Amino acid sequence: MTQLALVIDLNVCVGCHACVTSCKEWNTSGWAGPMPDQRPYDADPCGVFFNRVQTYEIGEYPNTETLHFPKSCLHCEDPPCVPVCPTGASYKREDNGVVLVDYDKCIGCKYCSWACPYGAREFDEKNKVMKKCTLCIDRITDMSLPESERKPACVLACPTSARIFGDVHDPDSEASRAIREQGGYQLQPEWGTEPANHYLPRRRTLMHIHRDELIRADNPLKKEEVELPSDQETIDDIAW
Amino acid sequence: MLPAFSVIFLTTLIGVGQGLFLALYTGQVYSLAKLLPAQDSLSFYAIGSFVALGFLAGGLLASFFHLGHPERAWRAASQWRTSWLSREVIVLPIFMSLVALYGLVHYVGWTTPMFTISGTLPVDFTLLVGFIASVAAFALFICTAMIYAGVRFVHEWHTWLTVANYLLIGLASGFMLAAAFSAYSSVPLVGFFGIWAVVFTLIALITRVTSLIRNRTLRHKFNLKSAIGVRHSNIQQKAQGFMGESFNTREFFHHKSEGVVRTIRYLFLLLVFLVPVVLIISSYLMQSTNLPIVAFLVQYLGLMLERWYFFAEANHPQNLYYQTKS
Repeated sequence: MTQLALVIDLNVCVGCHACVTSCKEWNTSGWAGPMPDQRPYDADPCGVFFNRVQTYEIGEYPNTETLHFPKSCLHCEDPPCVPVCPTGASYKREDNGVVLVDYDKCIGCKYCSWACPYGAREFDEKNKVMKKCTLCIDRITDMSLPESERKPACVLACPTSARIFGDVHDPDSEASRAIREQGGYQLQPEWGTEPANHYLPRRRTLMHIHRDELIRADNPLKKEEVELPSDQETIDDIAW
Repeated sequence: MLPAFSVIFLTTLIGVGQGLFLALYTGQVYSLAKLLPAQDSLSFYAIGSFVALGFLAGGLLASFFHLGHPERAWRAASQWRTSWLSREVIVLPIFMSLVALYGLVHYVGWTTPMFTISGTLPVDFTLLVGFIASVAAFALFICTAMIYAGVRFVHEWHTWLTVANYLLIGLASGFMLAAAFSAYSSVPLVGFFGIWAVVFTLIALITRVTSLIRNRTLRHKFNLKSAIGVRHSNIQQKAQGFMGESFNTREFFHHKSEGVVRTIRYLFLLLVFLVPVVLIISSYLMQSTNLPIVAFLVQYLGLMLERWYFFAEANHPQNLYYQTKS
């Protein structure tokens, strides 16, 4: 069985919001749209987005770390929002595991949003139906596109390749490998919703440099300043 | 959560309707057992049922205001296998039809016994319809309450106390209305309904206060650490991704100050539980016919506050992601 999902590398994300704008651009005019805004150029603007990039500060100054955190529907393998829907408008596709809303069946009761602990669903105040990330279902299933473009808009837009798209049930997919090899994790795993989207943690790159590695002992320009531990001449690049 | 007035009216009005119907039927069963004087079919049971039906219809009407697409509401009956909301959508019209039938049968006076059980219990059509309707009334209480108690992410709701509260508060307000209705139509059942209204109100007080205490000492198992997957005790949100509002910032918070929420809590405890009980007891002592009506009105006002607080008190885990504007 296929379970399409995103793997988001928090170590690489720079928080540029390119995924947010490309998502809105693609989806507002596509199958999942429109994504209407209220007062877009006024005070207190408001609108539907399938994807948000949030920023967190971890630790206390000066020992802080900034985390940019893209957040969209996680396409849970056991989605709690689907069984609560009274009309069957919320469903999970059997063939690729994407969680979708049938806008023609949705009555706008918002009960599914109560049943999502991640706040992934956003209500469309203009069309009065619930909307959410579709993983660009109209792109990824469009066989007329070349395979390299059969990816969600956010993945194609990411300038740092922080977003990996693939089948997380296929152990050899790039997404599965990234989860396995780089410590991919799920959000709020305590609920047992089994989110399909995974996040790769921030990884600090540490390098240990010993003091004498900074000085070339036989640097002819600095030769007089270096105190050699013995009287012997050095022949070449040997650090003491 | 954001208290929606449509849902506040829906849950309180149908609760009163269900309770009133159960009160009427209890009266009929008691009179059958000769514990209470028999009442007139037309002026008491039929009119009473229609009053109950009016409350149920009012609740149903209010529920439509909650929907984005009320014209598609019929679709909501399809997912009864998994959704409590769908089950409520099915049970409410069934219960309403049964109450209408019960009232209609009393109205046309089909009260001649069809058969007699062990020579002492004459069973007429109203008794049968009433029994089925009573089962539906309890089923509806469970469906309504489970819509909230079934959301496992909202810890404040996810408890059997939610079901107990909806059931007992519905019964209390329904019996209170039955007492008021009896007082209004000069039926000598004010004492009977009044006593039961007080009993249900007091039991509901116990379960409601228990749930308040439970929720006050509740330790949420969700936190920002697992929400974003970073193990650090000091994480602050610096930006939630937008500077204005969104559905997520509106729908899941009551947008009132702590003081307002606290005031409403004290007010509803006073208006739902204390004042009506005092009013019913004084109506009994003073033989007043107006006080039961006042008692019901006060309790209903309090019920709306109680339901408002029920929503406002609930803390949704999605709020973890929406702490800081900018």
